[in-house]
Amino acid sequence: MIKILLLPVFVLALAVPFFNRATPVLFGFPFFYWYQIAIVPVASLLIYIVYKVEDKGEAE
Amino acid sequence: MMPHPAATIVFLILIAAVIVLGFAAGRWNAGNLAHIEEWGLGGRRFGTWVSWFLIGGDAYTAYTFIAIPALMFGAGAIGFFAVPYTVVCYPILYLVFPKLWRVAKAHGYITGPEFVRGRYGNRWLALAVGVTGIFATMPYIALQLIGMQTVIGALGLPGHIPLIIAFAVLAAFTYTSGLRAPAMISIVKDLLIYLTVLTAIIVIPIELGGFGAVFAQIPTAKLLLPTPPADSGGAYTGYATLALGSAMALFLYPHTTTGILSAAGPRVIKRNAALLPAYTIMLGMLALIGFMAVAAGVRDMPEFASGFAQYGTSFPVPALLLHAFPGWFAGVAFGAIAIGALVPAAIMAIAAANIFTRDIWTQFVPTASTGGETQVAKLFAIFMVVGAVAFILAIPATYAVQLQLLGGMWIIQTFPAIAFSVFTRFFNGWALLAGWAVGVVSATWLAGLNHFTGAIWAFHVLGYTLPSYIALATVLLNAGVAAALSLPLNALANDRAGDETSAADYG
Repeated sequence: MIKILLLPVFVLALAVPFFNRATPVLFGFPFFYWYQIAIVPVASLLIYIVYKVEDKGEAE
Repeated sequence: MMPHPAATIVFLILIAAVIVLGFAAGRWNAGNLAHIEEWGLGGRRFGTWVSWFLIGGDAYTAYTFIAIPALMFGAGAIGFFAVPYTVVCYPILYLVFPKLWRVAKAHGYITGPEFVRGRYGNRWLALAVGVTGIFATMPYIALQLIGMQTVIGALGLPGHIPLIIAFAVLAAFTYTSGLRAPAMISIVKDLLIYLTVLTAIIVIPIELGGFGAVFAQIPTAKLLLPTPPADSGGAYTGYATLALGSAMALFLYPHTTTGILSAAGPRVIKRNAALLPAYTIMLGMLALIGFMAVAAGVRDMPEFASGFAQYGTSFPVPALLLHAFPGWFAGVAFGAIAIGALVPAAIMAIAAANIFTRDIWTQFVPTASTGGETQVAKLFAIFMVVGAVAFILAIPATYAVQLQLLGGMWIIQTFPAIAFSVFTRFFNGWALLAGWAVGVVSATWLAGLNHFTGAIWAFHVLGYTLPSYIALATVLLNAGVAAALSLPLNALANDRAGDETSAADYG
């Protein structure tokens, strides 16, 4: 059931109407650009949490 | 005759080093290379880090490094779909492919189509899936050559000779070393790419007055997606479906499936689903190099006029690298791009050869024996590389780009047969074959209506316009047809007895 944490990855990455805007600007990057780069580590972390919770320590 | 001597010398040294590495790779952790699981899958023993480099080097190709910034340079914000695309592909990798790895290991499958044949006992469905993979791969290899040709041309090296030499060598070390060659080279390639991109995103914005100044040079119409009209999804659904459809297709390509199946186990794949997004950050930064090329004004620099005339919109990245860096570092960057072409091209040739051998040759040629399968695979890999070179020399590059666009729409049609089938045996093999046919025909037809240049079609649903990536819309149709036909077909002629896998195989 922990796999439910993978769902926000799709929502965050595909919510185009939400992130198609120029402000707030961060380090010179319009929102559209820094937001999409910022969700990459978030996605990575969510996948890692799912892996850690599911992992039963079996062989590779 | 050598307009960029320092860049050219560094470039040639890097390529030579990689060639030596490619031939030496066969001895690495040596297995019996006469066995196809060793030649074509590296013996299924790559650990987390080698798999990270291999799958990263495989999925993020030289063509990507040229084409995505070029799309940003030409079309603007829409080109950034590459970032959400390479985010949502990872939950899909996590959910589907560890299961595919387990069943493949249990039954000795080395390709996706073999799994489909084992699951449904239907070699015609497997043939359809396999042929789709080979056809989708051919233009992909050709595009790697175009990526390499662009940097060779930017160095001012003459004609097609360097390209032919590079790919003759590629064919030779692929033949002798199999998948170990690109696995080893991908480590060098990715380190060079990371070095290039990190340097570029630090140095070039400083030269141009910061990221704010770069974005300020981009016209508003290209900086964001246009706001859709009230009765249409507009660019929003176009962008999202392009990202999702591309993500669904990514790991179905033979070369990416090969990269995944060569991992040492399901945990390696799951860890990599969390670790591979590092490449996506790099890709996002690389995409912005397209905007830096706009801000630097390379298009109007007289020294690049002939390059733009010859290579068109794929030229901004090489032009900016030559403009912004000292010669020797431009050589490093070009070397990284060229090696970034050789790695996926080698894996593509090997993957297509595995499919030809296991899903066509031994299944449909009556005299075939499994004893000679590795030799067949090695020869087919050479055929794929030679074919791609001939294709590039004989046919305009725009055809390769158009075929690559079609390839993405075709390969996604194998999603129901491969991805759904690791979870359920609800479907009937013949129903999946019918769904595949409907998907391939409708996608090709819609792409044809776009004159094979646009990937998005505006569907009209209940008075609302829904622009969608053709691949995503047609794979939904495909899955619908497969599901609808499975009910009556399972009632009339159930094919579940043909399933050689068992629930325990999927873990």
